[in-house]
Amino acid sequence: MSSTCTTEADGPAPLAQALFFALVVRPLVLVVLGLNVRGRERLPRRGPAVLVANHNSHLDTLILMSLYPLRALRRLRPAAAADYFLRTRWLAWFARRVMGIVPVARGAARGADPLAGAEAALARGEILILYPEGTRGEPERLARFKGGVARLAERHPQVPFHPVYIHGAGKALPKGEALLVPFFCDVLVGEPLRWNGSRRAFREALEARMRALAAEGGFPPWE
Amino acid sequence: MSLPAHLTAPVLWTMAAVLAALALATALAARRRARDPEGARELWLRVRSWWVMVAVFAVAVLLGPRASIVFLAFVSYLALKEYLSLIPTRRADRRVLFWAYLAIPVQYWWVADAWYGMFVIFIPVYMFLLLPARMVLAGETRGFLRAAGTLHWGLMSTVFALSHAAYLLALPPEGNPAGGRAGLLLYLVLLTELNDVAQYVWGRLLGRRPVVPRVSPRKTLEGLAGGVATTVVLAVLLAPWLTPLAPLEALGAGLLIGLGGFAGDVTLSAVKRDIGVKDSGTLIPGHGGVLDRVDSLTYAAPLFFHYVVYLHY
Repeated sequence: MSSTCTTEADGPAPLAQALFFALVVRPLVLVVLGLNVRGRERLPRRGPAVLVANHNSHLDTLILMSLYPLRALRRLRPAAAADYFLRTRWLAWFARRVMGIVPVARGAARGADPLAGAEAALARGEILILYPEGTRGEPERLARFKGGVARLAERHPQVPFHPVYIHGAGKALPKGEALLVPFFCDVLVGEPLRWNGSRRAFREALEARMRALAAEGGFPPWE
Repeated sequence: MSLPAHLTAPVLWTMAAVLAALALATALAARRRARDPEGARELWLRVRSWWVMVAVFAVAVLLGPRASIVFLAFVSYLALKEYLSLIPTRRADRRVLFWAYLAIPVQYWWVADAWYGMFVIFIPVYMFLLLPARMVLAGETRGFLRAAGTLHWGLMSTVFALSHAAYLLALPPEGNPAGGRAGLLLYLVLLTELNDVAQYVWGRLLGRRPVVPRVSPRKTLEGLAGGVATTVVLAVLLAPWLTPLAPLEALGAGLLIGLGGFAGDVTLSAVKRDIGVKDSGTLIPGHGGVLDRVDSLTYAAPLFFHYVVYLHY
């Protein structure tokens, strides 16, 4: 790491993170579930960059982080809801030190910047994982994107936003379920997008690219 | 030097011969690749995947029946998972699918325990009755029959049928002095896979008349006939080394594996065509998914198993 990089006090603990991913996450994602990845070569190797993914399951973050080698983990920073992941001391430790999340304050007061942590991660040259749907929502359904992703792009016009569509994780472990049922998961990586001058146009372009990836997969609806 | 109880000299020699044949195929593929890297890409991937599959299978066989049974249970797991990921399933049945997965360790437990009576009815009777009853508890009636039917078809193919390959290890080894415990399994798997390769090669060389044009237009009568003939010859040649089969019985086994393998292959082709995919997955580079590799075995294993048991056990 270069000496100009700033670090944070409660960022990922590399050893705990590498152990957890090597012993738990990888066997779970690669053996119990199994991935079909399309367009892996399009993933950004270094930051600052943003992975924009659909979100149906807690597995999503584990799947996206499994696309990278262990040594790259500490540079991957999932943006995660502070009200959910920091609600107890142990969960907060796990979320910050093992998963390396940057907390996002959902429904923050006026004036406060909910994306401050995400911006700091980009400033440190890290790869941010962002779920612009804002919540896991209905399994295997794409919801409208919230405005944060476009605001982030506006403030970082040089940063590439890589759309990634995940299918299957919402079947394996949907919101509100504790029992994991194995399914192969498909991951489709699209061409990156940069700030195009308008928040609305950016958000719509990103949504369109995500829908195109979903259509490319041709997945039957899950109902 | 004495061998562990589950292995005999012919089994080891057969494995050595497979490695030699694979080395030869690799050399031929490397030559083609040197001339035409793009055109030989698929072939090269396929040969590389064969090395991995042969290595994993060989290690499982060498480690003994327990390891082989666990390995085949894992193959069933991958195949069932691929199938359930491919077909449209209902949201209401998520937990039912979990029960279907649980059938795998149970079914292979009967194999390890050599409890034949239970092994042969557990999925066709008990799972057949249990899963729809569990689906009723979920309460969704729309698409009920389709969901129950597709689920049971998947369990029968990927778990019940494949577990017959494993049960060959549970047959009393006294029945097979030449091949020991592992001989019949090696014979079945080797012939089934070679049959696939032979049908493909004969089809490429001479193929003209399609057999099932609407399901699998590239499967030809010439490929089928050449493949089955090759398999029958190998079946007769290998039988004294690996099995208790007399030459005429081995001829029948070769026919059964050759024709059964073909039927399994085109049956999965029909399923894939119905769903609208080309390969069942991407787990095995150059081959497709696990189902693409074990489709022939889902027919060949139970047919061969009952044939051998009827004749010799």
